[in-house]
Amino acid sequence: MISLAETVLRGDRLALARLLTQVENNTADGQAALNALFPYTGKAHLIGVTGAPGTGKSSLVNQLALHFRKEGKRVAIVAVDPSSPFTGGAVLGDRVRMKDLSGDNGVFIRSMASRGSIGGLAQATANLVQVFDAAGYEIIMIETVGAGQSEVDIAKLAHTTLVVEAPGLGDDIQAIKAGILEIADIIVVNKADRPGVENTEKALKSMLDLAHPTQKVFAHHGTPLRLPPFSEKMGREKEGRESENNIWIPPLQRTIATDGEGIDELAQHIVKHGEYLHFSGDWTIRERARLESELDAALQSALMNQFRERVLEDQFNKVVDQVFERSLSPSEAVKALLNWRLK
Amino acid sequence: MVKDRTALNEKKIRVLVAKPGLDGHDRGAKVVARALRDSGMEVIYTGLRQTPEMIAEAALQEDVDVVGLSILSGAHMALAPRIMDLLKANGQTNVKVFIGGIVPDEDIPRLMEMGIAGVYGPGASTEDIVKDIKNAVK
Repeated sequence: MISLAETVLRGDRLALARLLTQVENNTADGQAALNALFPYTGKAHLIGVTGAPGTGKSSLVNQLALHFRKEGKRVAIVAVDPSSPFTGGAVLGDRVRMKDLSGDNGVFIRSMASRGSIGGLAQATANLVQVFDAAGYEIIMIETVGAGQSEVDIAKLAHTTLVVEAPGLGDDIQAIKAGILEIADIIVVNKADRPGVENTEKALKSMLDLAHPTQKVFAHHGTPLRLPPFSEKMGREKEGRESENNIWIPPLQRTIATDGEGIDELAQHIVKHGEYLHFSGDWTIRERARLESELDAALQSALMNQFRERVLEDQFNKVVDQVFERSLSPSEAVKALLNWRLK
Repeated sequence: MVKDRTALNEKKIRVLVAKPGLDGHDRGAKVVARALRDSGMEVIYTGLRQTPEMIAEAALQEDVDVVGLSILSGAHMALAPRIMDLLKANGQTNVKVFIGGIVPDEDIPRLMEMGIAGVYGPGASTEDIVKDIKNAVK
């Protein structure tokens, strides 16, 4: 019998769609297919697109996909939207902005609900990306609503991370707070036809300067997510990479995603960043870091599942009751729950 | 209670909510999308003015269990069979298709014959829709 993985490798789109579901639901079949497909992965350029809701990420992804299609590259899009923490349901609306991609067999869009489990989202995303990579998609864009840790985790999956901002979403203090600026390889100021774009750009530029006060720090920018704590970083700076060319300064690109302005330039920055990664050797470093964080996410999720299997809902609720009555502190409760596993 | 302990690998019902054709009234589709979300389903919302081809393609890529069509233009007898044919051509015979909107009573039996799983007019309760979808997907 032909396996699901083989059918996917042959380019069957329905098989691909079904495998993505299996993988997302983490079934045994999905796992087996992932294992079979893993040797075929590692070829795609993974592009993370993140930013606050309403900055125009989906429209931007739509335009970028059109651009890469013109170059004949096959494009996959994983669009993540949040699940309700109360009902587990979700409305996934990213396709609304991606109508232009319809009718093109070289594009595959998959919407994904975040499903709210720690570590699990990053793992599920990584797995979907692996399937697309094995299926021969050369450009894979991962779109997430940005603001929190899970987005930073997802950024770790990407070779190139775009952070999308728009005028009027907040002052420069927001830019410091956001923190996601630090993960940006390319900063996009979308909706550049809106008033206030100069101010937004100025604020972002000054924040970038603050985040990276000297050029030397940029030497580490190739792996910004693996930056050691500040003091350690200062020590390591001396051994930093020698070549002056080894510096990637995140460019700032204005775009108007609704009419495609600035998209060609943005795509050039993405390609350039890809070339930079290869040239500087950062591609392999990132690839390793990426696989490491994938492994880490898989481990977290496996441990959580193991924990859930061993500690039943009512046992968990009993401990919650004790915490509520103040007879157990949260950290004591954690200890109790972890020990439960051993019983 | 916040259910963040819900298993990630739980099977979710995935529903495509689409508006084929040219009418621009998406209030109903949005109300239904929200009701389905609140019942724990994952709803992929495509927005207005979708062709049958776009809907079938989205249903395939998203590997949905259910397609919900909102049609208020009166074109259901043209759009529904086209979408059913395309789903079939793509191998998605297992997908259940529901229609909501303005459908004259005499058309309903013909739609059911085509394989449409349910038709809902004005005043239909979202609870019934949720219940019917859950039953159809079982």
